[in-house]
Amino acid sequence: MDYESLRHAADSWGLLYLVLLFLAAVGFAFRPGGRQAADEAANIPLKED
Amino acid sequence: MKQTAQVVAIAVAAIIALFGAANGSDALFRAHFGILFIVLVLAAFLLLRREEKPTDDPDAYMDGPIKYGTIATLFWGVVGLLAGVAIAAQLAWPELNLEPYFNFGRMRPLHTSAVIFAFGGNALICTSFYVVQRTTRARLFGGDLAWFVFWGYQLFIIMAATGYLLGSTQSKEYAEPEWYVDLWLTIVWVAYLLVFLGTILKRKEPHIYVANWFYLSFIVTVAMLHVVNNLALPVSLSGTISYSAFAGVQDALTQWWYGHNAVGFFLTAGFLGMMYYFMPKQAERPVYSYRLSIVHFWSLIFLYIWAGPHHLHYTALPDWAQTLGMVFSVMLWMPSWGGMINGLMTLSGAWDKIRTDPVIRLMVMALAFYGMSTFEGPMMSIKSVNSLSHYTDWTIGHVHSGALGWVGMISFAAIYFLVPRLFGAKQLYSLRLVNWHFWLATLGIVVYAAVMWVSGIQQGLMWREYDPEGFLVYSFAESVAAMHPYYVLRALGGLLYLAGALVMVFNIYMTIKGRIRDEAPLVTQHPTPAPAE
Repeated sequence: MDYESLRHAADSWGLLYLVLLFLAAVGFAFRPGGRQAADEAANIPLKED
Repeated sequence: MKQTAQVVAIAVAAIIALFGAANGSDALFRAHFGILFIVLVLAAFLLLRREEKPTDDPDAYMDGPIKYGTIATLFWGVVGLLAGVAIAAQLAWPELNLEPYFNFGRMRPLHTSAVIFAFGGNALICTSFYVVQRTTRARLFGGDLAWFVFWGYQLFIIMAATGYLLGSTQSKEYAEPEWYVDLWLTIVWVAYLLVFLGTILKRKEPHIYVANWFYLSFIVTVAMLHVVNNLALPVSLSGTISYSAFAGVQDALTQWWYGHNAVGFFLTAGFLGMMYYFMPKQAERPVYSYRLSIVHFWSLIFLYIWAGPHHLHYTALPDWAQTLGMVFSVMLWMPSWGGMINGLMTLSGAWDKIRTDPVIRLMVMALAFYGMSTFEGPMMSIKSVNSLSHYTDWTIGHVHSGALGWVGMISFAAIYFLVPRLFGAKQLYSLRLVNWHFWLATLGIVVYAAVMWVSGIQQGLMWREYDPEGFLVYSFAESVAAMHPYYVLRALGGLLYLAGALVMVFNIYMTIKGRIRDEAPLVTQHPTPAPAE
C-alpha cells in the first residue's frame, strides 16, 4: 500500500470508522438505564477501603 | 532466605554487566555497565541481608510496593526539582555549567526524565496499584511481579540518569536513553501491564471503575509509544550507539507523535485516573457526573493521538498534517474542560472543604491548572499563535504550568492521602505544613509561568522584528542577553516550588514516624449561631 492510498483511506473510511466507534462508545453511556448504572459505578470508590 | 531465585537472577545479571563493563566496544558502554554492575551487586547484598518477613495474608491487598512507591515518588521528586533549579541557574549564570558531566546539555534530560518518569512514573505506578485494588476489591495479580515492576523501574531510572551524565543519548526528546535501557523499560512495562490487567481480570467488583480506564489507557498507550519511537538498530550489541529506524521528517513526526502523547497519556490520562479516585475519596462524595467522565475518557482517547503534529508547524511536515494536528488540538479543549468541571463540581455542596482541607485545596489548584494549561495548549497550537510562541520560553512556561500545577499538585495530594492510610498513622503530622506547601508551590508556579510568558513573548517579538530596510533588528545573542532577569526570576520560582516539596518531605517523614504536631487547628471553629431568644 503506497502513501497516497493510505492517506485517502485514512481521511475517508478510516475517519468514518473512528467517528462511528466514538459515537457508539459515548452513546452507550447514555443508553436507557445508563443513569442508574452510572450512579452505582460512581459510588464504587466510596463503598469501603 | 526465601528469595534464592531472585538473588541468583540478580547475580547472573551482575556477571553479564561485569562482562559488558570489561568488553564493551566503547568507553561509554564500559562505564555504564560498570555502574550497572555496582548497582546489581548492591541489590543482591541488600536482598541477602533482608530478614525473612512472614508472608502477608494472600487475600489482603498488596500494599508493600505502594508504600515504597510513595517514598520513591518523593525522593525522585526532590531530585528532579533540584535538577530543575540547577539548570535554571545555569541558564541565568552560564559559569555554573560544570563540564563535562554537569553541563546544561546533560543536566536538562536529567531534569525532564527525573520529574516526568521518575517522580511522575512512580506516582502513577504506586497510585494505580492502590486504586486498582480498592476499586476491583482484588489483590494485585502476579505475586511478586509488582515488586519486580517497582525495582525494575528504579533500575531504569538509575540507568537513564547515569547515562545522561556520562553523555549517552539517542537525542530523542523525553526518550533519550539508548537502546539497551529502552529494552529494559519495555520488559518492566509489560510486567506492569500484566499486573494491572491481571488484577482487573480477577476483579470482584463487576464494573471497572473509570479511574482504571484512564490508568489502563496510560499503560497501553505508553507501551505502544515507547516501542515505536525507540525502534533503532544498535551498531554493536556491546556498544551504546544505535541508529533510529526513521529518518528526516518521518523521524520528526514519530518523535512528536511520541512526545505529545507522552504528555497526553503519561502526564494527562494517568493523572486523571488519580484525580477520578482521590478527588471523590478526599471529598467523600461521588464524582459529579460519572457519564461525563466516560465522555471525557473516550474524547481524550480519540482526539489526543492526532495532536502531535502541532509541534512541527512551519517545518518540512506536509501542511495538511500540520493543520490536522492543530484542529485536533483545538478540539481537545472541550473534553479537557469537561473533565476539569467534572472534578471541580465533585465539590458541589461541599465547597467549604476548600477552606478547611488543604489536601482538597491542592486538588482544586491541580484541576485549575489542568484547565489553564489545556486552554493555553490548544491556543498555542493555532498556527498563527505558534509562529510567535514556538521555540520561545512561552512553551517552557506552558509545560511547567501543566507539570508543576496539574501533575505535581495532584500527585502531592494523592501522596498526602495515601501515606497515613498505608503506614497506619492516625492522620498527617501537620495540616498547617500542607498549607505551607500549598502556598509555596502555588507562588512558585505563578512566578515561573508569568515570568516565562513575558520572556517568551519578548523573545518571539525580538526574533521577528524587521527594520524598514528588511533587516532583522536584533541578533540572536541580543535576545539571549535580554532574558537574563527573567531567568533569575524563573530560578526563584523553581526554588519556591522545591521549598514546598521539602516541607512535604518533612511532613511525610514525621507522619510515617506516627507523630502528630501540636498545632492550632487550621480553621477556627465558629460556634453555630443560635437563634435569638
